[in-house]
Amino acid sequence: MEVGLNNTHKFLSKIATNDGHGENSPYFDGWKAYDTNPYHPETNPSGVIQMGLAENQLCFDLVHEWLLNHPEASVCTPQGGFDFKEIALFQDYHGLPEFRAAIANFMSRVRGSRVKFDPNRIVMSGGATGAHETLAFCLANRGEGFLVPTPYYPGFDRDLKWRTGVELIPVVCESSNNFKVTIEALEDAYEKAKESNIKVKGLLITNPSNPLGTFFDKETLKTLVRFINEKNIHLVCDEIYAGTVTNGSEFVSIAEILEEVPTICDHSLIHIVYSLSKDMGFPGFRVGIIYSYNDTVVNISRKMSSFGLVSTQTQHMIASMLSQNDFVDNFIQESRTRLAHRHDMFTRELAEVGIGSLESNAGLFFWMDLRRFLKEPTFESEMTFWRIIINEIKLNVSPGSSFHCNEPGWFRVCFANMDDATVMVAIERIKSFVLETRMLEIKTKALAKAKKQCWQNNLTLKLSSRRLEDIMSPHSPLNSPMLRAQN
Amino acid sequence: SSQTHTQANMERIHLLSKIATSEQHGENSPYFDGWKAYDQNPFHLTENPNGVIQMGLAENQLSLDLIEEWVAKNPKSSICTKDGISQFKDIANFQDYHGLYEFRKAIANFMGKVRGNRVTFDPDRIVMGGGATGASESLMFCLADPGDGFLVPTPYYPAFDRDLRWRTGVQLVPIICNSSNDFKITEEALESAYENAIASNIKVKGLILANPSNPLGTTTDKQTLQTLMRFINEKNIHIVCDEIYAATIFNTPEFVSISEVLQEMEQDSSNKINRELVHIIYSLSKDMGLPGFRVGILYSYNDHVVSCARKMSSFGLISSQTQLFLASILSDEEFVDGFLSESSKRLAKRHQTFTQGLEKEGITCLASNAGLFVWMDLRMLLNKPTFDEEMELWRLIINDVKLNVSPGSSFHCVEPGWFRVCFANMDDQTVDIALKRIRAFVKKGRKNERATMNNKRTKSFQKNLRLSFSSRLYDEATMMSPRMMSPHSPFARSPLVQART
Repeated sequence: MEVGLNNTHKFLSKIATNDGHGENSPYFDGWKAYDTNPYHPETNPSGVIQMGLAENQLCFDLVHEWLLNHPEASVCTPQGGFDFKEIALFQDYHGLPEFRAAIANFMSRVRGSRVKFDPNRIVMSGGATGAHETLAFCLANRGEGFLVPTPYYPGFDRDLKWRTGVELIPVVCESSNNFKVTIEALEDAYEKAKESNIKVKGLLITNPSNPLGTFFDKETLKTLVRFINEKNIHLVCDEIYAGTVTNGSEFVSIAEILEEVPTICDHSLIHIVYSLSKDMGFPGFRVGIIYSYNDTVVNISRKMSSFGLVSTQTQHMIASMLSQNDFVDNFIQESRTRLAHRHDMFTRELAEVGIGSLESNAGLFFWMDLRRFLKEPTFESEMTFWRIIINEIKLNVSPGSSFHCNEPGWFRVCFANMDDATVMVAIERIKSFVLETRMLEIKTKALAKAKKQCWQNNLTLKLSSRRLEDIMSPHSPLNSPMLRAQN
Repeated sequence: SSQTHTQANMERIHLLSKIATSEQHGENSPYFDGWKAYDQNPFHLTENPNGVIQMGLAENQLSLDLIEEWVAKNPKSSICTKDGISQFKDIANFQDYHGLYEFRKAIANFMGKVRGNRVTFDPDRIVMGGGATGASESLMFCLADPGDGFLVPTPYYPAFDRDLRWRTGVQLVPIICNSSNDFKITEEALESAYENAIASNIKVKGLILANPSNPLGTTTDKQTLQTLMRFINEKNIHIVCDEIYAATIFNTPEFVSISEVLQEMEQDSSNKINRELVHIIYSLSKDMGLPGFRVGILYSYNDHVVSCARKMSSFGLISSQTQLFLASILSDEEFVDGFLSESSKRLAKRHQTFTQGLEKEGITCLASNAGLFVWMDLRMLLNKPTFDEEMELWRLIINDVKLNVSPGSSFHCVEPGWFRVCFANMDDQTVDIALKRIRAFVKKGRKNERATMNNKRTKSFQKNLRLSFSSRLYDEATMMSPRMMSPHSPFARSPLVQART
């Protein structure tokens, strides 16, 4: 019997039939292009290179080595098999004590052991995805809201809002001050929420930031803490990229603020979301963590963790791996180094063709500034240009609008999910495109002029000089001798 | 300073959501008291032989050795072994909510085998969930709005109250089932429940049942399933079948899955069956004994639900490490066939040992052919047919007999005196000890009774209080009352009783 879509919608919930899953956003168009034509060095060298996925693939060799030397980490080896039955049967939502201890240990070492985490406050969730949703269920009622600085991770729209009915209110940040969160922007957002009759229950920050790749300085963090304390609202800190900071000692976790100035706020307002998806490169293992300084939230979110516990097979392996301090310390250090190297390679090469990016030293991506390439400073232009990037340059990068950026022209480019050879291919494609575009544009203008003034023999020289001037972004560190020679 | 924080915590509890501060997680119900008693004094064969034996946890520990044996022979199923490590990177990176194709294929194949290959399952309709717990909740989010209702036959799995209602706002409307017809679902009870919902202004969006049933251990017969299908199609509501115990069948009658009934009824268009109303919840927690691995499955015949639930699965995907392992083991046809056959045999044997042991003491259970538990009838031991009496008896069982069993009231059973007793989560020796304890308890009851009868006139009321408390279990009047005597009970034939008459 045929039932039309309308009829089907009648039988399903509102949640099932609205767009709350967020997948109809253009953010996913790039993915579709990639899915239908994925790059492969041998089998599909002209395919789309995936630069829209914030994965960390740089240190699997270290993990491989460790695993081969530690068969007891797996319940499927002769060495670890004794635990198989016990592990397979264990469904206690407290989680394996050794798992919680190892996670607390890892979190501490990622922060240079400047703070300690209590294993009894470690609560599992279905990835950071599940952690955010669970916290939203715990902290806010339907229709209530969370402030979130823009630009922000697109998944928040689904994770925090979809099934919970919670609202997100943007705290608008601008390039004029490198997208820092200001107290004015916070107050502004808070007022706007009030005007829309949305009761604000908390502020959500991602530190280090996705998509910016920057992290909050200590003073800003303290300002935020004082703000939420004064307003009596929660602060949720997503520190999922904590281990990707190039200079680990520079990163300040919210945990450190609480340690340094314990009286700065009511600790029961502070909650951390963490995961192993980015720092370790294990998104498939679904290791989401909620760390709350609020006893009730720990208690309740732990009960809710039944909806998304970490597989005990995985808990067991992670417990083994992350309790080994020499492995952990070496991994963190090596990962930071490799990420920094990759980041620098990209930004340096792109700067050579006058493409700048927001100065950053964390994350698995950089925030590329392509404002100058837009026909007009509009989001339509951004979309048009984005489709060119996907279809002509064959790179899947993510347009700033999908991160709710208020200025068109910014793009997030991921760099840690590919090997070195692919990096070179990607860089070449961008450079070629830039040069060709400029050449094409200049050629067109020049031809038009030439018809009037016959400048053809000067064309090449003018081309070179104008290329540098026109393309030079204020962010570009280019300090080419060629430029100096020109002057 | 910690005091300040605690004080602050208390003051700011109002800053949390209603969901966080309601008691809908259900953990303050008496159901969990037995657990607490166990946690504080857990039985161990050698280290704590007088501890509480856990018979309140529906786990399947009988056939894990078969899995362990397979694991030892198949190192490639793990991404941590020399043989499997080349897969580590791809697996660790794999977070696609469609799930590994091999995993879905293996699960679909397994589900088909469990149903004797009378139906086949489409791998593209297999959606992951955080255990059956997460899968059920997601399904509710897809099918119902806050305030909407789902009909559910009693007695039912206590955690449905949390899983289906807590964060979704969905309501559960009971379909009352009685021991008079072995707790079968009747059309009258269905209609009655539906009417009750309407009268309470609750919009019914569907019906959910566990088949095989927890806590009954029985399977729903084909006729009843057909009745349910006609009912939901007529009312245009969904049917959700939790078939988590499908492979725990150890006796006839054979298991009939909703998928089989759908297949059959669809063939006759006059049945007007809308397959988009049919959904199955599954898991490997019971059939395979792997609750720790959180393998929840949602299978829907409704494309939109598949699509939506798949997006929701991001909140509770199965670890890719575990997906790979299961894809491996479940595509080993020889292993699966052997496992299903052996597991069924072991469950049959354990069930028989246990029920026969109980019957020797005059305790009967609802006749059952599946599940990891029996539905024990202790109605004759209640002084009065009330839930207070049931609770008293239950506390006695925990504290005196030292067994954690689950009282029927926690399953929303309308008749007091029934208890769910799990038998597959222990070894043979422990079963023996549990039966010995029950034997001793029953004997003590009879001894006290005789003593009470001889000393009735001489002993003071107070002295008898403790004795008579135990002897109440064998109170003559209670025993002999036709109201209390279960027709299932062989007690009626007991020489003890006969001597009295």
